[in-house]
Amino acid sequence: MNDLLNKTAESPKTNGGSKIVHAFGALADLGAEVANRSNFRDTIRTSLHLLLGSLGIMRGGVARYSRFEGELSLAAVRGLGDEFPLAISLTREDERAFLECGTRALEVADARDLTLLSLSGWILEAKDIELIVPLVVHDELLGMLFIGEKASGERYTTHDKDVICAMGRHIGVAISQRNLLTELERKADETRKLYDEMRTTYNDTVRAFAAAIDSKDKYTEGHSTRVGKYTEIIARELAWAEDEIEGASVAGYLHDVGKLTVERKIINAPYKIDAKESKELNRHPAVGYEILMPIHHPYADVPLAAKYHHERLDGRGYPDGLYDREIPYIAKIVNLADSFDAMTTDRPYKRRRSAPDVVEDLRRNSGLQFAPEITSALLRGLLRETSGDSKNRRFRKLLGRDYMETENLTPLLRKTLDEIGTTQAITLSV
Amino acid sequence: MIHDLEVGTAAAVVSEDVYFSPIATLEVPHKAVVYAGDYLNKLSGESVERECRQRMAEGATELIVDFSRTEIVNSIGVSILLGVIDAAKSNGATVAFADVNEGTAELFEMLGVTNHVRLINN
Ligand SMILES: [Fe+2]
Ligand SMILES: [Fe+2]
Repeated sequence: MNDLLNKTAESPKTNGGSKIVHAFGALADLGAEVANRSNFRDTIRTSLHLLLGSLGIMRGGVARYSRFEGELSLAAVRGLGDEFPLAISLTREDERAFLECGTRALEVADARDLTLLSLSGWILEAKDIELIVPLVVHDELLGMLFIGEKASGERYTTHDKDVICAMGRHIGVAISQRNLLTELERKADETRKLYDEMRTTYNDTVRAFAAAIDSKDKYTEGHSTRVGKYTEIIARELAWAEDEIEGASVAGYLHDVGKLTVERKIINAPYKIDAKESKELNRHPAVGYEILMPIHHPYADVPLAAKYHHERLDGRGYPDGLYDREIPYIAKIVNLADSFDAMTTDRPYKRRRSAPDVVEDLRRNSGLQFAPEITSALLRGLLRETSGDSKNRRFRKLLGRDYMETENLTPLLRKTLDEIGTTQAITLSV
Repeated sequence: MIHDLEVGTAAAVVSEDVYFSPIATLEVPHKAVVYAGDYLNKLSGESVERECRQRMAEGATELIVDFSRTEIVNSIGVSILLGVIDAAKSNGATVAFADVNEGTAELFEMLGVTNHVRLINN
């Protein structure tokens, strides 16, 4: 115990080769640190340790430069004491002078002679600092190293300065990467905000269009809006992703946009329209497609939904009489939402059907007009509300409370869902 | 074997697990032993320095950093130890490194660390 060995007295003179190996190890560790670390603060602190430990330096600091603020702010510091300034202002001239120097170790003692540097008084006051090293990467001043005395008390050799500069370049790259990342994050944030604004504008425009379409038809006020909402409910029941649901609802809102070109008297006819008028009205899907096609929608299927929302699985729909698998899926959803709204709202020539009648109609037409899994999705949404399974009141708001509280609607929905579950979509040869 | 003891306790015995933590123990008042373990070589090694500062704040004037379970000291470790030396100087305390292996001792000499600390063997 306490057998004292004074190694300094016994040891040979320091070995230059070992020094290089040690410094090289620190440089390699620093390279790995800069490449791997995600926490910038830890990277800079570790880098400072590696730098000081590589040459046995008692104290030092790493500052980051903000050109915007014209200021060097300390990112990591060791042993410089409380008096060392946390932030140091640089003039544009200082910055230019440092840029001209590049990443070079400058002796503070000689700073007075460096006519290039019109530095503020701090540098001459900083008693503990022996070297300052501007961190310059790609002609940009990114920061500064402050280096104190060596534990050995020796002066810094050219080799020491080379090591410090090599490490400084790594630290400069770390700061540069961080700046780029911050800038990228800021840009991504801006883009996200811009996108959100555009999306809001787009959705507002879609709703405004739906209102314009609906204003043409005084008997079916709010039809497009409701179809948009039913489409959204069905897509959600089908477990679509959130952006797909948004796209589906847009398709619902705009499905009848082609009606904007159909004469108001045909749309509002309080009687059964004749063949000629019917032909005129039946143009609206194709016209809708023409209107929507040139617009760049965030959701690709919006024009197709307009074009094919009157097609039926059994091929008896229009405009093209497509069969089952030929019909775009979104158009099948909008078709059901459209028909459901037609059944559940009063028309000029007939009152709306009762809820059990509508459910029965859906069951009967499932596999003929409607795709069974889509019908099931709609009925599931209804059942969720009538059974109290969901606190959501989406259907109640659209159909009215009394309509949804029809006696025995819940068991009927359950039974129908069971039956539709076994119904296969008809597959007709084309 | 020594126990973890608060500053000011006269005698102490260390248990095996103490070697793996930088917790200080005192053999006599004003003398603190801090175990370097293998913490030194990463950022978490700063806890060794914190521990030393804590012991000095509590009155220790003689710090012994025990390297018996430390195989290699890298640049981060050196930097942390220089921090310990610096803190000891400003607190008027002395630092000794105990049970430093040959390779580490050579490194300390090469970097001038031994200008500031005694190396002692158990
Ligand atoms: Fe339509
Ligand atoms: Fe419609």
